[in-house]
Amino acid sequence: MAEFFITLIKIIVLFGGVLTVMAYLTYFERKVVARMQSRIGPNRTGPIGLMQPLADGLKLLTKEPFVPRRADKVVFLLAPVLAFIPALLTWAVVPFGPDFTVLGRKISMVVADVNVALIYMLAMSSVGVYGIIMAGWGSNNKYAVMGALRSSAQVISYEVALGLSLIGTIMIAGSLNLGDIIHAQQGTYVGFVPRWNVIPQIVGFTLFLTSAIAETNRAPFDLPEAESELVAGYHVEYSGFGFAMFFLAEYINMLTVSAVASVAFLGGWLGPAIPFVPAPINGVVWMLLKMSIFIFFYFWLRSTLPRFRYDQLMSLCWKVMLPLALLNILVTGIVKLFV
Amino acid sequence: MIAMEVLFVLFALAALTGAVLMIAVRNPVHSVLFMLLTFVNVAAMFVLLNAYFVAVIQVLVYTGAILVLFLFVVMLLGQQRRPVPEVVRSVQAPVAILVGLALVVEVVGVVVASAVTAGHKGHDTPQAIAAAGGNVQALGQQLYTTWLLPFEVASVLLLVAAVGAVFLAKEEI
Repeated sequence: MAEFFITLIKIIVLFGGVLTVMAYLTYFERKVVARMQSRIGPNRTGPIGLMQPLADGLKLLTKEPFVPRRADKVVFLLAPVLAFIPALLTWAVVPFGPDFTVLGRKISMVVADVNVALIYMLAMSSVGVYGIIMAGWGSNNKYAVMGALRSSAQVISYEVALGLSLIGTIMIAGSLNLGDIIHAQQGTYVGFVPRWNVIPQIVGFTLFLTSAIAETNRAPFDLPEAESELVAGYHVEYSGFGFAMFFLAEYINMLTVSAVASVAFLGGWLGPAIPFVPAPINGVVWMLLKMSIFIFFYFWLRSTLPRFRYDQLMSLCWKVMLPLALLNILVTGIVKLFV
Repeated sequence: MIAMEVLFVLFALAALTGAVLMIAVRNPVHSVLFMLLTFVNVAAMFVLLNAYFVAVIQVLVYTGAILVLFLFVVMLLGQQRRPVPEVVRSVQAPVAILVGLALVVEVVGVVVASAVTAGHKGHDTPQAIAAAGGNVQALGQQLYTTWLLPFEVASVLLLVAAVGAVFLAKEEI
């Protein structure tokens, strides 16, 4: 029974944590992009605009949920839920820090320590596309359908590249468990360079970052919602909380991808000890720091690069990234066998 | 243990409901969505059997890729509602009933036959799988030792299908 309550507490902490961080991600994005465009960004609500996410949330909650007359009502209302739930479910397997002991009980900082964690995350991200397709089809709007079609083709294509780019790290660790993948990155090269996968798997890392941006439909690969040609893409007909749920799902997916990148390529919660900080919290701090690097990278890209053309995006995936990913697996296998 | 059985009944009922509704509803997009319900619940049943790897692959490959392509095709075809020709209907119904009955006989046969051997289902017991280092390792070992030839033949078959599809889709190569 104690196990049950510990898991319940973990789930509640994780749920609250992810949603809070996600809310402030919007604030962070607006501030970063504003800075890069020589603006100030949100600064009216609360001190330096810190209450802005709360105000936005309240605004979206109080708006009228509008269903188009010719829409398929059930599919239309179910779509945001199906986008949001898989995004949250992914977090069940993310480890945030090393195991620690409280009152003689060993507690791990992960909700479900399963041995297929990495492909579980890939599976959940692939299920998330249903929300987008259903929204596009259910809205009965040509822009929404175009956005949904683009999105599903893009997500299916880049999912392959995403999965293949991670196989190198799986081969190094010899396991699909995220904890084992982190443990395989302990130690250093020549005394001070951390033994993180980003060094031997630099090709895999680059491929992962690129396909992750496409997989989460972010700029410069945000063709499903390209404002200038599709109005807003698949969620053009959504208002109020339905729209908020798509928004939440997109930002949670960004966080997820950052977590996977930190765990698979940057050693997860591994990092030098910070003075006067206990080991588990030390791990969490490093994990969050590494994740925020990737989050910043997302915003940086968004305000730097123009949007790709759709055919360029697809041929980049199938003709460049997939062969490179396969080559990376081959080389990693040869090195692992003979070196 | 009772919780497990309750969960199994829930997932099984949901899977069956999805399957029945999939063939019962008129709208093809709704059909695919009910198929999604069935697939996800089958994956949940694999989890109940501790077959995490198979469960995740079920979600990743079937619901995440194949069913999305189904949905894609159904959406692209649009919703032209053509009346079904009388010839199709008069031939289709008896054939469908015959094939359906054959399937029922097969399924019942498999269930009856496997009930006889229940209790000793080969050497891949939970203990053996745990000793091999988990689901993924045990399955990998099996695929690349005992079942190497069928595994490779299946992959060649898929390759042939992929090459054929590309050949058919491209008008000039």
